[in-house]
Amino acid sequence: MAIVTVREALRQAMDEEMDRDENVILLGEEVAQYNGAYKVSQGLLDKYGPKRVIDTPISEEGFTGIGIGAALVGLRPIIEWMTLNFSIQAMDQVFSNAAKMRYMSGGQFSCPAVFRGPNGPAEYLSSQHSQALQAMYAHMPGLKMMAPSTAYDAKGMLKTAIRDDNPVIYLESELMYALKGEIPSEEYLIPFGEAAVRRQGKDVTIVSYSKPMRTVEAAAKHLENMGVDAEVIDLRSIRPLDEQAVYRSVQKTNCCVIVDEAWPFASVGSHVAWLVSKNCFDWLDAPVELVSGEDVPMPYNHKLELAAQPSVEKIIAAVKNVMYME
Amino acid sequence: MAEDSGKSKGAKLLNKFLREMLLIRRFEEKSSKMYGLRKIGGFCHLYIGQEASAVGSIAALDLKKDYVLTAYRDHGHALACGMDPRVLMAELYGKSTGCSRGKGGSMHFFDAEKHFLGGNGIVGAHIPIATGVGLKIVTKDEDGVVLCYFGDGAIHQGSFHESLNMAKIWNLPVVYICENNQYGMGTEFKRVSAVDDFSVMGASYGIEGKQVNGMDVLEVYGELSKTVEKTRREKIPSFIEVRTYRYKGHSMSDPAKYRSKEELESYKEQDPILILKALMIERKMLTEEGYKKLDKELRSICDEAVKFAEESPEPELETLYEDVLV
Repeated sequence: MAIVTVREALRQAMDEEMDRDENVILLGEEVAQYNGAYKVSQGLLDKYGPKRVIDTPISEEGFTGIGIGAALVGLRPIIEWMTLNFSIQAMDQVFSNAAKMRYMSGGQFSCPAVFRGPNGPAEYLSSQHSQALQAMYAHMPGLKMMAPSTAYDAKGMLKTAIRDDNPVIYLESELMYALKGEIPSEEYLIPFGEAAVRRQGKDVTIVSYSKPMRTVEAAAKHLENMGVDAEVIDLRSIRPLDEQAVYRSVQKTNCCVIVDEAWPFASVGSHVAWLVSKNCFDWLDAPVELVSGEDVPMPYNHKLELAAQPSVEKIIAAVKNVMYME
Repeated sequence: MAEDSGKSKGAKLLNKFLREMLLIRRFEEKSSKMYGLRKIGGFCHLYIGQEASAVGSIAALDLKKDYVLTAYRDHGHALACGMDPRVLMAELYGKSTGCSRGKGGSMHFFDAEKHFLGGNGIVGAHIPIATGVGLKIVTKDEDGVVLCYFGDGAIHQGSFHESLNMAKIWNLPVVYICENNQYGMGTEFKRVSAVDDFSVMGASYGIEGKQVNGMDVLEVYGELSKTVEKTRREKIPSFIEVRTYRYKGHSMSDPAKYRSKEELESYKEQDPILILKALMIERKMLTEEGYKKLDKELRSICDEAVKFAEESPEPELETLYEDVLV
């Protein structure tokens, strides 16, 4: 086992897949000569050359569509969005073309493209650059979605995403790139639709994914000191979603808190909360709680921006609610 | 009428043009009739009047290695690519035997084998897709050319401008063809364009542009043959404005009251089919009787297409859930 950052894990995944399959290309802003805005693509231009590692102009709609077009006829493009915030410019291409081409053509065309980049709040960036947009993409059939929370998952899931014949939205996080974790030296893949139980527990189920997993794990430690034994589930794959892993846990603990840094209205978190409420109704001792981002655009001020996001305190308060503590 | 290239190609080519244009005309008339009888629903955009554009340009391709993409007024291009009228009519009927299994309808004809990638319903959304097909050709060192058709409405979309820029910096073999039928839905193109002459629209991107008379199939073929050959040889993008005219409204629901009868009549006097027919009669390649025979045969092909569509089964209900993902 080696200790690497999430950034390095992602780089290794792309490197190995580009080495394995010459149809894999990488395109996006600053991915080649600059080695990536967040240095995820470090060294790939030198190794694979400008035909496969392509710097684009700042034209998100254009280069996203170009990646989709290339995917329809046999390439396997990785399209890097410098951040998901800029992908808003490209949403028409993803929604109208990538997600629908297979269906509209009666199965004649598929789109093996990966759209990846950092999503979710970072720090001191205000409203346009600090937001969690996954619900927009998760809403639409025809797309898959992955959101790793560890270096190990980041590598194994990105390799799976690149090999998949469908369009995959792959969510990273600015504040996770430097996070370190163990990865094995031998090749491994992590499939779609498999959640991970990060902590076994019997009192309450806490479900989350991506960057908030760290907050959830910190909250679980606090809860342990309070005598509460939390089970922590990392969804990892959002589409398809491993519903059964969540139900198994809730059927054991009889109460559930969902943690999602996105806004609460029509979100991945609210959808999971509905699924649990509907499918575990007879097992639940309390209504499902959702700890979400506050329903406001992100402010610049640090105190305010922290208050806008899920926190250890908010998670503990939600756990107390579902367990009728105090 | 431009005769330079047409004359040398001889009777065979002219016969092909006449046959294909007349087939499109009769197919569209039949579509219109069946729409009126409510056999066909939704948006249906007819190509009547514009036949010379698709026929004259697609004749310059080798669809074993070349590709065609267009927007929602796609019946003519599909037929010019050699798609079976029966399968197209079945698609208009929403039947399981349709080219897109009844899931695409009028705006979404596709044929993977004939390299026809639709059939896109969002104005300008396929222009980056076509550009991406060009990227595939270059990445894989292939010899193909992409024809990308769009209307005078789409030329002001960002997707057009972003695509031309990237096609130029990456030297992609894409011929961008603006089929200027003079009205973006109900808006005369001059009212919403900073320039009247679209052939200059590629200039900002260093892409040479030309204007051709889209009512003259020989002129379209002559110019496109040269452009396709140059695009293939030099691996550069090109831009062509085809000046054309649609006789019908934007779609079946549009009575086209925004233009004068005199204007419509003046274009009907330049009808691409009648002009070619007159030329062929003058050159003794065709007799009035021969034309009537051809017309009868094509009408019967369209009747047969309707019969096929009528008799084809509806898609099974479970196909609703098919073709979403691979």
